[in-house]
Amino acid sequence: MQGRDLSLNNILFNRSVQGIFYQIVTLALVILAVIYIVDNTARNMVARGLASGFEFLGVEAQFDIQMTLIEYSPTSTYFDSFIVGLLNTLLVAGLGIFVATIVGFTIGIARLSSNWLVAKLAEAYIEVLRNLPLLLQIFFWYFAVLRALPKPKQSLELFDSFFLNNRGLFIPDPIFGEGGTLILYSFIAAIIISIGIAAWSRQRQNKTGQTFPVFYSSVGLIILFVFLSLFATGFPVTFDYPELKGFNFKGGIKLIPELVALTFALSMYTASFIAEVVRAGIQAVSLGQTEAARSLGLNQGQILRLVIIPQALRVIVPPLTNQYLNLTKNSSLAAAIAYPDLVLVFAGTALMQTGQAIEIIGMVMGVYLLLSLLTSIIMNLFNRFMRVAER
Amino acid sequence: MIIRKLTILSAIISLFTVSAATAGTLDTVKSQGFFNCGVSQGVPGFSNPDSDGNWSGIDVDVCRAVSAAIFGTPDNVKYVPLTAKERFTALQSGEIDVLSRNTTWTLSRDAQIGLEFAGVNFYDGQGFMVRSDSGITSAMELDGASVCTNLGTTTELNMADFFRANGMSYEPVVFEKADEVVNAYDEGRCDTYTTDKSGLAAQRTKLADPDAHVVLPETISKEPLGPVVREGDGDWADIVRWSLNAMIEAEEFGLDKGSASSTCATTGNPVVARLCGKEGGNGAALNLGDSWSYDIISQVGNYGDIYEANVGANTPVGLARAGSPNASYKNGGVLYAPPAR
Repeated sequence: MQGRDLSLNNILFNRSVQGIFYQIVTLALVILAVIYIVDNTARNMVARGLASGFEFLGVEAQFDIQMTLIEYSPTSTYFDSFIVGLLNTLLVAGLGIFVATIVGFTIGIARLSSNWLVAKLAEAYIEVLRNLPLLLQIFFWYFAVLRALPKPKQSLELFDSFFLNNRGLFIPDPIFGEGGTLILYSFIAAIIISIGIAAWSRQRQNKTGQTFPVFYSSVGLIILFVFLSLFATGFPVTFDYPELKGFNFKGGIKLIPELVALTFALSMYTASFIAEVVRAGIQAVSLGQTEAARSLGLNQGQILRLVIIPQALRVIVPPLTNQYLNLTKNSSLAAAIAYPDLVLVFAGTALMQTGQAIEIIGMVMGVYLLLSLLTSIIMNLFNRFMRVAER
Repeated sequence: MIIRKLTILSAIISLFTVSAATAGTLDTVKSQGFFNCGVSQGVPGFSNPDSDGNWSGIDVDVCRAVSAAIFGTPDNVKYVPLTAKERFTALQSGEIDVLSRNTTWTLSRDAQIGLEFAGVNFYDGQGFMVRSDSGITSAMELDGASVCTNLGTTTELNMADFFRANGMSYEPVVFEKADEVVNAYDEGRCDTYTTDKSGLAAQRTKLADPDAHVVLPETISKEPLGPVVREGDGDWADIVRWSLNAMIEAEEFGLDKGSASSTCATTGNPVVARLCGKEGGNGAALNLGDSWSYDIISQVGNYGDIYEANVGANTPVGLARAGSPNASYKNGGVLYAPPAR
């Protein structure tokens, strides 16, 4: 090596050497800070006699939960209560995302309507719901809904089988007797045939340009298959009707008002944000696309469905992912209205009874982190799929 | 330039090497001149703020007694309102020094979370409250009912045990804040509201129509309510424990707030003389002055005084002492203080 002077001066004042040195020091400091925090916590927990470890997950919970999607009793373990809370959170998050997407897209498209009244109503909806705190909206839906509904003895009823009161919405529960599997198989078969029809119709359209009413024919096919199988097995469906026994209705499917109020509040709130995201995406598609589509003779609905939205989705999907993550995390506000989600059941009751704050909060944070990561992975895959399809 | 960066670096590193020396709670309290008392967010008779922000109640009086014992005045206390969910974490972390918030003494709370109970200031039990017009007269008729209660309390567990033991089903509706529970019960969301019977009596005063509700006769659990301190803080725990015991023993020997000064001046009873601080000198064992028990009794009162003033038969809460466990052991109750000598 010629001209490389390795004197001490040159090493000390060399820019890149200094840079590496400071990076190493900073990294060491961060690691030291983490070690200090962990060590301090562990030492203090031992000093104060706080129990630690995850053995509590195998202990009986001894408390009941209002709404469980799996079998649960006070003799189930804390881990079972964790699963119950997790499933309830997933339920409200899933329902909320579904409803919020539909409402949000509708409002967003309505916002851009050429009808002045529709556009202004959509704008009012967005402005009002975006600016009010979510907790207040949840309280509003819960107490406003509760106050309006009658007591069980004076329930609103429909056909003597659907009941609505301030304990919930009660729906008859269809129980499939003998031959239930045949009905299920025919339903699945009908769906598979519909997918086949859709693929065949797309091929035919590519070749000859003739369209085929895929949607209506598949719906008709499914209904036909299900009815035929029901007929063949002699209608083995019995309904478990909800009946007023003592205080409340027993039997049937029950939707508690907490779930309804929470889903409503979350969906309406997030829909107002999604509406703005959708509007941004649609406006990002250049006007030339609309003009070209119009000159091809497509009507407004077809333009939106076939030309604008597929291109707008590229802009919509990343912020939409954000809104889905927000909705999932906001569902933790369920603790305010007694909906038994993960935070209320596990980070509330279980934490209080066992006192092991660090392990429980760590688990709950881990769950939300995992849910958010899963959602963003799925949406990113969807985004990539959209991009490929566009080409 | 390098010197400046090195100075900053060494300052940051030195932060990590400083370890906090843990002084005992008593020393900290004495040096800062007050202590923090964790209370509820408003349970009439136990810990309730009035419109000026002054706290009163039987739980508040325990903290006032501790303050009188240490400082000679009952006012050197800062009250921190807490929900059922945060009360233990606040005590564990040092945010409060005493938790006097109608907390039930159970094994798991004593042994598992690094806390220690310093006595019982109210013996209670869990009960149910229903609307009078529902026609229910017994808790055994509550099969299938919706039950409103607080999050994270022994109430939830006792409720599950009771319904399970009697083969009944129920629907728990669990809220975080006591006000939300009362609200939901009042609105008709639930058929019954359950908590300690003293809490039922207290919260009934907050309902829209208190007389339209009735407390069912069954008591389904034991709920000894008392003050809580951190484990490992023996001196502090002793002071809290013996402040409460002094009040109970004072009542047993007829020393009350109104007549404290005259009784102490004329008494020939050695037990009373010790409580008056005139002889015995047991204040030093608690790291307090000799007048610690006299300050408590003359400025806060004995147990009978604080009971009758806050939850007695003449208060809106209206819990009669006779026939309940809160009567003195000489009157058929369970209140028995070890001798303060």
